[in-house]
Amino acid sequence: MSALDFTSSFWHWFIIVCTLGGIFAMFFLNFWLAGNTGAKIDDEGNAEDTGHVWDDTLKEYNNPLPGWWLNLFYITLVFGLVYLTLYPGLGTFAGVLNWASACNKVGVAEDGKTVSLQCENDNSQYQVEMEAADSKYGPLYEQFKTQPIPEIIKNTEAVAMGKRLYLNYCTVCHGSDARGNRGYPNLRDNDWLYGGEPEKIQESIMNGRKANGMMAWKDTLGGDEVVNQVANYVLSLSGRKSDEAAAAVGKEKFSTVCFACHGADGKGNQMLGAPNLVDEIWLYGGDLESIKASIANGRAGVMPAHGNFLGEAKVHLVATYIYSLSNEATTTAAAQ
Amino acid sequence: MAEEATTYNYKVVRQFAIMAIIWGIVGMSVGVFIAAQLAWPALNFDIPWLTFGRLRPLHTNAVIFAFGGSALFATSYYVVQRTCHTRLFAEGLATFTFWGWQIVILLAAITLPLGITESKEYAELEWPIDILIAVVWVSYAVVFFGTIAKRKTKHIYVANWFYGAFIITIAMLHIFNNLAIPVSLTKSYSLYAGAQDAMVQWWYGHNAVGFFLTAGFLGMMYYFVPKQAGKPVYSYRLSIVHFWALIFTYIWAGPHHLHYTALPDWTQSLGMVMSLILLAPSWGGMINGIMTLSGAWEKLRNDPVMRFMIVSLSFYGMSTFEGPMMAIKTVNALSHYTDWTIGHVHSGALGWVAMISMGSLYYMIPRLFNRELYSMKLVEVHFWTATIGVVLYISAMWVSGIMQGLMWRAVNPDGTLTYSFIESVAAMHPFYVVRVLGGALFLVGMIIMAINVFITISGAKAVDDAAIPEPAHAH
Repeated sequence: MSALDFTSSFWHWFIIVCTLGGIFAMFFLNFWLAGNTGAKIDDEGNAEDTGHVWDDTLKEYNNPLPGWWLNLFYITLVFGLVYLTLYPGLGTFAGVLNWASACNKVGVAEDGKTVSLQCENDNSQYQVEMEAADSKYGPLYEQFKTQPIPEIIKNTEAVAMGKRLYLNYCTVCHGSDARGNRGYPNLRDNDWLYGGEPEKIQESIMNGRKANGMMAWKDTLGGDEVVNQVANYVLSLSGRKSDEAAAAVGKEKFSTVCFACHGADGKGNQMLGAPNLVDEIWLYGGDLESIKASIANGRAGVMPAHGNFLGEAKVHLVATYIYSLSNEATTTAAAQ
Repeated sequence: MAEEATTYNYKVVRQFAIMAIIWGIVGMSVGVFIAAQLAWPALNFDIPWLTFGRLRPLHTNAVIFAFGGSALFATSYYVVQRTCHTRLFAEGLATFTFWGWQIVILLAAITLPLGITESKEYAELEWPIDILIAVVWVSYAVVFFGTIAKRKTKHIYVANWFYGAFIITIAMLHIFNNLAIPVSLTKSYSLYAGAQDAMVQWWYGHNAVGFFLTAGFLGMMYYFVPKQAGKPVYSYRLSIVHFWALIFTYIWAGPHHLHYTALPDWTQSLGMVMSLILLAPSWGGMINGIMTLSGAWEKLRNDPVMRFMIVSLSFYGMSTFEGPMMAIKTVNALSHYTDWTIGHVHSGALGWVAMISMGSLYYMIPRLFNRELYSMKLVEVHFWTATIGVVLYISAMWVSGIMQGLMWRAVNPDGTLTYSFIESVAAMHPFYVVRVLGGALFLVGMIIMAINVFITISGAKAVDDAAIPEPAHAH
């Protein structure tokens, strides 16, 4: 328990006095009122009433406290005292078991200026459970860590493990079928923003990806009309119906601005995460209005980094599963 | 001094009693609707102010503060007058509490669907409404304690201890939890930050349960159960022990809502220990209520009003056993964030709070309007629809909640989770349908009550306030 929870030792004692004072007051209350009243018992077995009468008929018997109830009360009070001896509760007193729910980070001043955070309690419940899980499950994942992904996809159990990890960590955005959602890439279509090679997939999961280039282009391009022209050109790239006159003007703008990332032919650039615009696969919608919105206001998709909490071995298996989705022929052959 | 009043003020009691029934129907209807939305999400209709997120706080506010609150105002004004043998103190202020409270409810019904909220559970209303609540509540305290002060009886009856504790504590909780910095008429920011904000919120939240929904309704129980049973309260000394232990211990229990969070371990431990200690003080109330019927058990067979009261005490005993169990950290690790919590709350809210209110209203309304209840048969029908409704509701939530908890923690041999979240959602669907059915039955019971009461009071006979009898002078 950290002394930093309190601004002064006054609160430490305040808590102890109120807690123990309260518990002992309840003990006293029970002792005091549990004693034999010496009251007479009537025909129905009730102790005589208090003699007070309200509203014509309201009276009170003065029956003794039921014994089983009184014992229940004492048991909970004793349990409370034992628990507060074993576990943190009484102010800064850590409890005899020195238990803590999690590593309590305590600031330690160095050279009077910087503060480094250190674990006050390295056998906290969280740490103990995490370490136990790591030593139990860790080796299961470690065994695949050094194998190349194109090899592992032939191992159905390894792919199944990767799939279970995927279902735990990835489905919220990419969907349980891995077909993605608007703004979240489809992982089954073999169309890759940052590359579909095993190493690239692993890199995307480990470190995350952040789309930087697609800023809001409306002002730079020169307003809504130009945005419309460029959008029509983008539509025409995949052979879709577009306003030809507008597309012709848009083409010029495209080849002075957009080509830098998307390429002169519009086929994109995986080094930059710039989408291919000719393949009829649309992350943010392929209708004219959606394309105009993408150009005018920009898009800022983020894939968060997962390496820091999943670790390399698990990421390796997630990458394996995702790689297998675009190479299902290989995986299926292996399964048979 | 003006000439002493010879009758009780029943007008404000009648107003609150009728509104309790009306708000009960409104609040429970919203509850059934949002339960149906959880089973069939298309019922959102893509209309923002009909979505679950906005109607859920409307449901909780309507049933707790509009229905429960009106029932508490009505019964406390009735009980405090009759057990003090005196007319209400500051009657103008009592009238103000009625209209003020109705305006609060109306403002809640407008602002919550509009999405205006402080986003604190059971304390969603924005700061101008909070100020109005505080003013009404302080007025309530003045009327209540003023009446106690001018009582004709020597002793203060036990029901009034509980009503008094409820009024004082709710004032304190409401004011401190809602301390905020306003930035506009409809937006404010809490004065507290982070884990402290969470702790203050659940200090409030759990005591909304402990004082609003428990202490207040125990006050109700202590008057109406012995009255309906025609028997003395079982044990005076038990009422002393459980009263002081209950009001002392409840105030500590809030941290059990924040187990395994950023709340410091010591706070969580204290919350858990005090929640466990709360078991016996809670059961003290149940024992005192149920044992009052000792020697008159036949009333359970032939008096449906008595049955409402005793069954409500049984649900009270059951949920106050379940609560301390769920506050144990290892149990909480399974139950937290699941439907089990929702089931627990409703076994208390429907089984205890609503049913003791219904029993008390059935006792009070014929006396307030000075005529016989139109139909005891309908009370009987109400009792069974309500009871079956509660049982369906809570058993559906138990199964669904424990299933959720187990599905969320199930782990494959390789350490990954066995089920994705959406699989647990799909598994809950049948139980959500059962919940709608249970809630709908409970609502039907409330509508039957409204019809029964409406026919009872729509008779043309004028009603006089009851005369104040001389207090008994045994001592």
